[in-house]
Amino acid sequence: MKVAVIRFPGSNCDADAWHAARDAGHAVEYVWHRSTDLGGADVVILPGGFSYGDYLRAGAIARFSPVMKPVAAHAAAGRPLLGICNGFQTLCEAGLLPGALARNAHLAFVCRLVTMRVEETDTPFTAGYRRGDEVRAPVAHGDGRYVADEATLDRLERERRVVFRYVRGNPNGALRDIAGITNEGRNVVGLMPHPERAVDALLGSADGVPVFTALAAPAA
Amino acid sequence: MTRFQVRVRVMPRKGILDPQGQAVANALTALGFEGVGEARVGRTIELALEAGDAAAAREAAGRMCERLLANPVTEDFSLDRVEPA
Repeated sequence: MKVAVIRFPGSNCDADAWHAARDAGHAVEYVWHRSTDLGGADVVILPGGFSYGDYLRAGAIARFSPVMKPVAAHAAAGRPLLGICNGFQTLCEAGLLPGALARNAHLAFVCRLVTMRVEETDTPFTAGYRRGDEVRAPVAHGDGRYVADEATLDRLERERRVVFRYVRGNPNGALRDIAGITNEGRNVVGLMPHPERAVDALLGSADGVPVFTALAAPAA
Repeated sequence: MTRFQVRVRVMPRKGILDPQGQAVANALTALGFEGVGEARVGRTIELALEAGDAAAAREAAGRMCERLLANPVTEDFSLDRVEPA
């Protein structure tokens, strides 16, 4: 697989995502946010960080970067797109995923290992897990509280689009303990925890590896 | 074209938890101020806009709010002031 890791000014998990994807056997390229093409990538990752200083709202400015046009086209074509942390915030701001990430309920920046349960395995990024698997990965965010109106939350549940849910503690007050969701086409996934920082026992957990090894071929 | 000063107010939507507002209310109470029931924290954005008239300036600012300045999932906006600069 050819993987593109998008770099915005203020991205800071781009190198982690690059290494996680490369260690999983993919050819990985960085793509600068001003680029208007993805270099033929099969898979796109929007990494964590603080794009544009999180000015206005996290991800609010990044979503208007030139690269987001080909990223949206990539998603519309049904190809795999993963947003991690700031990448998730950006996907919500861009309307590629529903809802929003609001300030943590307890206001503090939270930076620690959390546990999330894999709820759905029929996405390119969760196909390497079994339903019910518990994944330990770090969170590092100030705006990670997933919110959406009740109708949207009910719809996400009904359509089995909550793919990761926090268990044994909700680090940010996210509604219904939501840690990650997918879109209608199930090719776009966003999550707040960092699987790319959980790819080696030395980092405290290797539970994030399947996110990168399972990348299925895009549907023809 | 006239230059207008537009003040946009963006507030957390009613019913959405506003932890910043709660923290401010708690701090005011802790300082001994009595009767603080609720505080809500939003943001004010001042724009200098060229427009034909006030209605056009208001309309343009509204579109800017819908597109970028406010997130419709979590925030409401209002245009507090539209005046020639």
